[in-house]
Amino acid sequence: MSETARAEVTALIQGVETADSKAALVQAVARLAALRDPEAIPTLIRVLGYNNPGAAVAAVEGLVALGEAAVDGLLTELDGYNYGARAWAIRALALIGDPRALPVLLEATTVDFALSVRRAAARGAGAIKWDRLPADQVTGAQAEVLQVLLQAIQDPEWVVRYAAVVSLQTLAGATRVADLPVIVTALERVLLEDRTLAVQARAQWALDQLRSPIST
Amino acid sequence: MGLDSEALVNVQGDAYTVDQALSNLQQTEDAGLRYYAAWWLGRFRVAQPEAIAALMVALEDGTDRSSDGGYPLRRNAARALGKLGDRQVVPALIQCLTCSDYYVREAATQALESLGDPRAIAPLRSLLAGGVEAALPVPGNPHLVQPYNAILEALGSLGATEAVGEITPFLSHGVAQVQNAAARALYQLTADPAYCQALVGRLQEPNLQLRRSAMMDLGAIGYLPAAPAIAATLAENSLKLIALQQILEHHLQEQGFPGQGLGPDSHQVLALMDNLL
Repeated sequence: MSETARAEVTALIQGVETADSKAALVQAVARLAALRDPEAIPTLIRVLGYNNPGAAVAAVEGLVALGEAAVDGLLTELDGYNYGARAWAIRALALIGDPRALPVLLEATTVDFALSVRRAAARGAGAIKWDRLPADQVTGAQAEVLQVLLQAIQDPEWVVRYAAVVSLQTLAGATRVADLPVIVTALERVLLEDRTLAVQARAQWALDQLRSPIST
Repeated sequence: MGLDSEALVNVQGDAYTVDQALSNLQQTEDAGLRYYAAWWLGRFRVAQPEAIAALMVALEDGTDRSSDGGYPLRRNAARALGKLGDRQVVPALIQCLTCSDYYVREAATQALESLGDPRAIAPLRSLLAGGVEAALPVPGNPHLVQPYNAILEALGSLGATEAVGEITPFLSHGVAQVQNAAARALYQLTADPAYCQALVGRLQEPNLQLRRSAMMDLGAIGYLPAAPAIAATLAENSLKLIALQQILEHHLQEQGFPGQGLGPDSHQVLALMDNLL
């Protein structure tokens, strides 16, 4: 990295640390995130815990753009977070789609007490970039994801069931042909039996897209 | 799916049953047990006649008093009765609108809104007496003289078109949330989208609380054109998802889903929701 580039990152990190209002913090984080510089990762991760949704959105965007480089840092920090920050971190991991996050995403989908964490994790479990996993591990990992998602469509919170439906749809596009009938049957059951109209509608949309080869 | 398992235990961690809730509410020795039992009966929608009767008694309780002279048990009883859907309690809730405790009046107003009984309209309108000029803060308290937000929202939900003239001046009340409540009610009563545009504009406010409350108002009235602006505002994804869910479901009901399939507007809201997970 050139001296001027390094000086710029340092200045923008300082800008985040010294921001004196909520709006100033959002601006500072957005500028730092836009650099796409790995040096910014620890600061962006710290911002997730500031209880400032605008800043967190900008930080997640920056971390997702940095992709795999941010995964280790996010996984290390997860435990110490309050539930708000954990939800943002899980959301970043979900959007990055790195298979290293899969064990954390699967566990969070089923056992986390915070519904926003279960929601983001359920979404992430279906959005893994399978080509980054060694070929001989893909089938086993997808089977695990399927089991967790079939459990998540029974979650007491509608938004977790909604996320699980979205992930079942994306998993259907990635998984073995043998799993397809299981997914379709599960989605049909959600459409008929779920008690939340929005979840039923999402299952309907998933089924429509799975049945129409053009839109999947 | 039934009740959440963790909520079926009481604060001490013991299993809690309908019978226990009823006997806890009927005794008068322990105010804390009564307060919890009233909440519990509402939370778990225990609408059997014994529960309604015990909550009606609690609505007139004079023993449980807070340090500021309020009636905590009455507040919880009113909230519970709002959830149980039994309209025989409407006259008793209307009585509560004149209680000296602001929070009892607020809880009763919200309960009357949920019960959807037009008998509440006239007594609610009378709480707007004096108009905006009278709608002042109570010195030393964090609230105005009446629960205006709840009153305006209830009049909107109850379809009180005869109250449009009294509601309109509240669009220029000094408190932004009251303006929002007035805009929300006026949209419900007139279907004029201009009122919703004011709420959509609030999504750009620098104050997070105001953005949140505008979002919840737009969700509650199911204003479909606001969906993209809600998805884009700076707020927690959890709240955006709730507001978008309400807008979506309002639209789905109008469209006759699931009998009828999904149209492009539903697809658009679903896609916005997908991106917020």
